[in-house]
Amino acid sequence: MKKTVSRRNFLKGGLAGTAAVAVLKNKESQAAHDFEGYPEGMGVLVDLTRCVGCRSCEAACNKEQGLPEPAKPFTDYSVFDEIHHGQKRRTDETAYTVVNQYDVPELDHPLFRKIQCNHCQEPACLTSCFVNAYTKTPEGAVIYNSKVCVGCRTCMIACPFYIPTFKYSSAFNPRIMKCIFCYDTRLKDGKPPACVEACPQEALTFGKRTDLIDMGRQRIRNTPGKYVDHIYGEKEVGGTAWMYLSSVSFDKVGFDTHVPKEPILNSVKDFLAMVPMVLTIWPGLFVGFHLLATRKENIKKQEQENDEKEEQA
Amino acid sequence: MQTRKKILRTALALAIGGVLTTPAQVWTMDADDAPESVTIDSLATLYVPVEFDHALHVEITSCEQCHHHTTGGEVTDKNCARCHTTSGEADVVSCGECHESDRFHEKYLKTLEAPELYHIDKPGLKGAYHLNCVGCHQETGGPTGCQDCHTMTEAGEKLFDTHIKHSPAKGHSATGH
Ligand code: SF4
Ligand code: SF4
Ligand code: SF4
Repeated sequence: MKKTVSRRNFLKGGLAGTAAVAVLKNKESQAAHDFEGYPEGMGVLVDLTRCVGCRSCEAACNKEQGLPEPAKPFTDYSVFDEIHHGQKRRTDETAYTVVNQYDVPELDHPLFRKIQCNHCQEPACLTSCFVNAYTKTPEGAVIYNSKVCVGCRTCMIACPFYIPTFKYSSAFNPRIMKCIFCYDTRLKDGKPPACVEACPQEALTFGKRTDLIDMGRQRIRNTPGKYVDHIYGEKEVGGTAWMYLSSVSFDKVGFDTHVPKEPILNSVKDFLAMVPMVLTIWPGLFVGFHLLATRKENIKKQEQENDEKEEQA
Repeated sequence: MQTRKKILRTALALAIGGVLTTPAQVWTMDADDAPESVTIDSLATLYVPVEFDHALHVEITSCEQCHHHTTGGEVTDKNCARCHTTSGEADVVSCGECHESDRFHEKYLKTLEAPELYHIDKPGLKGAYHLNCVGCHQETGGPTGCQDCHTMTEAGEKLFDTHIKHSPAKGHSATGH
C-alpha cells in the first residue's frame, strides 16, 4: 500500500509540474470546460449484496476480449486468497476485470467486489493523455486508440482507480489495455457487455446511467437496512458510468472513499485544448515523464542523452 | 428418498436455465394443482437444464415466495404488495411470463423509461431465478454452488477454462500458491 501511495504522490507531482509548464506556455489557449460527459450514456449498477463471487463475469470477459488463457480455471476460487505485492488481485493486461473477496466482521458471509474500468464521466485518463488516445463515447464507454498511444503511462498514473495497464510484449509498441465496456463488439450496437450478460445474479445491471441512479435509490429506499445510503460513483470523481451499491461502508470492501467529488483533473482541464500545443513541446514532456516514471529508465535515458550530446559535440 | 434428494440437488439451479412451464389456465390455485416437477431449460447453454422438484418446494415454502401475487395468495414481496394485494390470480404464472429473458435488450430498456417506477428494477429471468433461489438457499442452508443445481455443459467448460490444471509455476499470477 505504501508503495502505491508514494507512487501516486510522485505522479501527482509530475502531473502538476507538467501542467504548470503547459499553462505557462499556453496563456492564450481556450479553456476546455465544455466536456461534462454524456447525460444519455449507459452504465452498470453493481450490487455487492447480490454478487456471489462465481467469476462468470471474469470468464465471459476473457473470451469476449480474446485475452490469454488464465493460470487457473475460472471455476477456481483459490484466486480469492491470492495476495500480490500486499494487495488483492488487480486488473492487468491479461484480465480486464477481476472479482475479489472481502471478509467483513459484521457479516456472517463474505462480500465480493468486481473491478474494471469505471468509465468515468470525465475520465482522468482521457484528460491526461497528451496524444488524445482516449475517447469517451456518447454510449458511455471510455475507449482508446492503441495506435496513437506512445506508452508514456500518464493515464496509468492519472486514473484514480489504477485501471489502465500496458502490454509490454512488444518493446516498441506498448499498448494500453483496459476494459472498454465491450464497446466494439456490443455497446455500440446497443448490447450489454459480456460480463453483465453472464452474471447469474443480476449483480450487474446495465442501463441508462440516469435510470440506474433511480434504481439504486429505489433499492436503498425499498429495503431499509440492506444498503448503506450511498451510490458509489454517482458523484465520485465527477461521476462514473459503473456505480456500486453495498451493504457495508465502501472502505470495507476495497473502495477508495477519499477520491474527490470533482473530476480528478478538473483544475487542469485545459489539457484538452492544449493538445496541439503539447504536441509541439511533446518530446520534452515525454522525456520528463519518463524521468519521473521509473528510475531505471531515468538512468538509461540520461545515458542515452549523454551519448547523444557526446555525438553532437 | 434417494431419487428425491438427487432431484432436489439438481433442482435448484436457477441460473442459466429457463422458463417455468406451468399448465396454462389453472383457475383455482392451490398446491395440489401444481406440477410435480418442472424442467427449467429455456436459458440453458453453459449449464444443463434444471429439473426443478416443484412438489418438494411446495412442501417447504409458500407459492407466494416464488410466484408473488400471481397465485392469488397473500403477497409477501413488499414491492408487489404496493399494488397487487387484491389483484387475484393471474392467467399465467410462469416466471418467464413477467421476467424478461432478454433483460438488457435495447427495446426492453426503452420500456423502463415509462413512469411506473415500481417496475423499473424487475430482474430478468435469469436474475429472478438466481436471486430468488440462491437467496432462499443461503438462508435455509440449501445448495448454493453453481454445479449443485446444474452441471456444466461443454460450452460452459470452455468458457470457464476448466481444462486448466493449475500448477504454481505457470501463468501470470506469479505469487500463486
Ligand atoms: S476508471 Fe480510470 S481508466 Fe477508466 S475511465 Fe476512469 S480514469 Fe479512465
Ligand atoms: S465491460 Fe466488457 S471489457 Fe469491460 S469487464 Fe465487462 S466484459 Fe470485460
Ligand atoms: S458474474 Fe455476477 S455474481 Fe458472479 S462474480 Fe461476477 S458479478 Fe458476481
